[in-house]
Amino acid sequence: MSNEPRIGVYICHCGTNIAGVINVEELTEFASKLPNVVIAKNYQFMCSKPGQEMIIEDIKQHKLSRVVVAACSPRMHEPTFRRCVQSAGLNPYLLEMVNIREHCTWVHEHEPDKALEKAKALVATAVARASNLEPLEEKELPVVKSALVIGGGIAGLFAALTLANSGVKVYLVESSPTIGGKMAMLDKTFPTLDCSKCILTPIMNEVANHPNIELLTYAEVVDVQGSVGDFKVKVLLKPRYVDPTKCKACGECAKKCPASAPNEFDMGLSKRKAIYLTFPQAVPTVYTIDPKVCLYFTKRDRMGRPICGVCQKICPAQAIDFNMQPKTVEINVGAIIIATGFETFDPRLKKEYKYGVSPRIITSLEFERILCATGPTGGKVLCPPDWKEVPKRVVFIQCVGSRDLTVNVPYCSKVCCMYTAKQAILYKERVPDGEAYVIYIDVRAAGKGFEEFYRRAVEEFNVTYIKGRVGEIVIDPETKKPIIRVEDTLAGCMIELEADLVVLAVGLRPSQSTLKIAELLKVSRSPDGFLQELHAKLYPVQTAVDGVFICGCAQGPKDIPDSVAQAKAAASAALEILAQGFVRTIGHVASVDKELCSGCGICVSVCPYDAIAIKVEDGRRVASVEDVKCKGCGSCAAACPSGAMQQRHFKDIQLMPVIKTLART
Amino acid sequence: MSKSEFEPRIVVFACNWCSYAAMDLAGTSRIQYPPNVRIVRVMCSSRVTPEMVLTALAEGADAVLITGCHPGDCHYLVGNYKTLARYTLLKNVLDELGLGDRVRLEWFSAGEGERFAQYVRSFVEEIKERVVNLQASTPEGGR
Repeated sequence: MSNEPRIGVYICHCGTNIAGVINVEELTEFASKLPNVVIAKNYQFMCSKPGQEMIIEDIKQHKLSRVVVAACSPRMHEPTFRRCVQSAGLNPYLLEMVNIREHCTWVHEHEPDKALEKAKALVATAVARASNLEPLEEKELPVVKSALVIGGGIAGLFAALTLANSGVKVYLVESSPTIGGKMAMLDKTFPTLDCSKCILTPIMNEVANHPNIELLTYAEVVDVQGSVGDFKVKVLLKPRYVDPTKCKACGECAKKCPASAPNEFDMGLSKRKAIYLTFPQAVPTVYTIDPKVCLYFTKRDRMGRPICGVCQKICPAQAIDFNMQPKTVEINVGAIIIATGFETFDPRLKKEYKYGVSPRIITSLEFERILCATGPTGGKVLCPPDWKEVPKRVVFIQCVGSRDLTVNVPYCSKVCCMYTAKQAILYKERVPDGEAYVIYIDVRAAGKGFEEFYRRAVEEFNVTYIKGRVGEIVIDPETKKPIIRVEDTLAGCMIELEADLVVLAVGLRPSQSTLKIAELLKVSRSPDGFLQELHAKLYPVQTAVDGVFICGCAQGPKDIPDSVAQAKAAASAALEILAQGFVRTIGHVASVDKELCSGCGICVSVCPYDAIAIKVEDGRRVASVEDVKCKGCGSCAAACPSGAMQQRHFKDIQLMPVIKTLART
Repeated sequence: MSKSEFEPRIVVFACNWCSYAAMDLAGTSRIQYPPNVRIVRVMCSSRVTPEMVLTALAEGADAVLITGCHPGDCHYLVGNYKTLARYTLLKNVLDELGLGDRVRLEWFSAGEGERFAQYVRSFVEEIKERVVNLQASTPEGGR
């Protein structure tokens, strides 16, 4: 048999996705005449069983040595067709896919002639490349059966629990002193009005006491090396200045502590001491000293001695240790789940809403704290800042920092309609003679029991809904009360509404930790700023980085049930790798032609993975690639001055025919 | 040849992780753009050599667009910085040859399908204009 490649070309109709735009018969006819093409066929769904069987049959019957499939993106079905040709005895890397759907018929729907011309060029290119493809080998590498979960909110907790219950060792890293996340700050949850803490704290305790979970709170991921199956992660443990093994959380220290700061947990509506426990059920139940506020760290007397240290003197457990230093621990994991959550939109960006100008204008999360029994008022609905007056008219303004291009937020934050209905109901429960108004653009109540819940707010609790976008809020110079100016678009009239309290239903933004971790792990972000999943429908918790998964509000705004469901999905996706026990290496790694290599070492300097070394062989300096370390970027191949360094599957002899064919046709 | 008749051929280099995914997303979202672009997939934009770009131009492409992940987002940590460094050197040479405006480097994240389509629309228009103007001003036709 001659060494000429024998190529089979298979053109997929993809129903009407491809065949509805271009003439697939003409394309097949064209392909059949290309050099080295032995057979060219088209079929309705090439990825279907009959489609694949046709290819397998042809490989055997026509002794095909290369297969070209013109169909969807290789990011979709390359694995399918690689398996297909492999089952017929062909090396999987001898398959070439042509993307005539995403890159052609779908984007040139209204120009069928030009689309066909382009499809022909793309098929000709693939045939030219296929002739020069080479069989490649993949290796199997062992996987470290442990996982890192970043973020201890409800999503991170469930991701950690799911993995831990499956026998995986889990490291749960949380940047604040306690796990629980934003859910711990909520009073009740919609649409059932479950007490948020009552359903959350048992989960927190389960996580803390789980033998497979190692909790790293007040900690940050600072460095990640390695790749799927074997990540090496550095975690910085910030000093609490309180020994967690000794602290009994008696609280004597906080009683005596003279320094205080705005309490983050109450959104700054109350004060906490420099030594504090975030909330009574915090996990771990250990006090933390804030060195930015603590007088031991901030003030010295004339002799240069710290002016305070009272907590250390009175602590019955002798848990205070001012000399505690930041510590870095290294952990080794096979998979990583990001659950770094959200932040609320900063309403100061909507100047016309006067947030920060009047204390009577607050955010929904601040109102949540006012409603909460552990909040600044013990759950009594009172107006800040002096907490004396019961607000008799509360106006909720929706879509603050959602669906608003003036602040560059085109998306819907998904949860605000329902939490506003919830807050209005809770307000009316506590102040039955008060009036609650909700100013909305649309009420979006898609979800189990959501529409019913919203109707309850209107019908059972007499909450008044006004459709319109608030133009501005002005402060009455005499009463100092906010006046809302809005056009009621259903009634078609301007309304001025004086309120005792205005609650801005702020939207959700990716948290600062989410942005940081995305950069560290090289996970892409979508235009809205949240983490980008690998595929919106099929791989919603996977990312383009193998072994890194996402869940919860780090991926996009969502409510608690969705966060929990996604967390479990992320955990199960991680388990696929961890349970299998090995990962397959790639075939498209770098390789050196030792005859050509002069040992200059430029490739060594450009490799981001230290995969290349210069070795002396037979008295000559030559580059040598460690296949397992190489991730297949091809940077070294582009840098090599002699062409000795090549990237397998993307060699010069494989890419140049592609470029020439495309440039000519 | 008038501007409406002339159809430039543009070779696009796309990295597998961000820009190729953006182009796939444009497809999945059915965002239409001119069929003048022909996409070459590489794993990382840092695989693209100056020879590849020059070959494309020499073989008849009217323009070349190199695309990759946004700075800081590279799947291979720093590949796109190398691309940028190589592009800058190449651009100097191309400027000398009067071809500087035919080769571009642009970053697209996997979520920027719409932006890619927009970019292609305006790039195709720009190249059309330049080549047609060049043809009008030079006896050989300028290509």
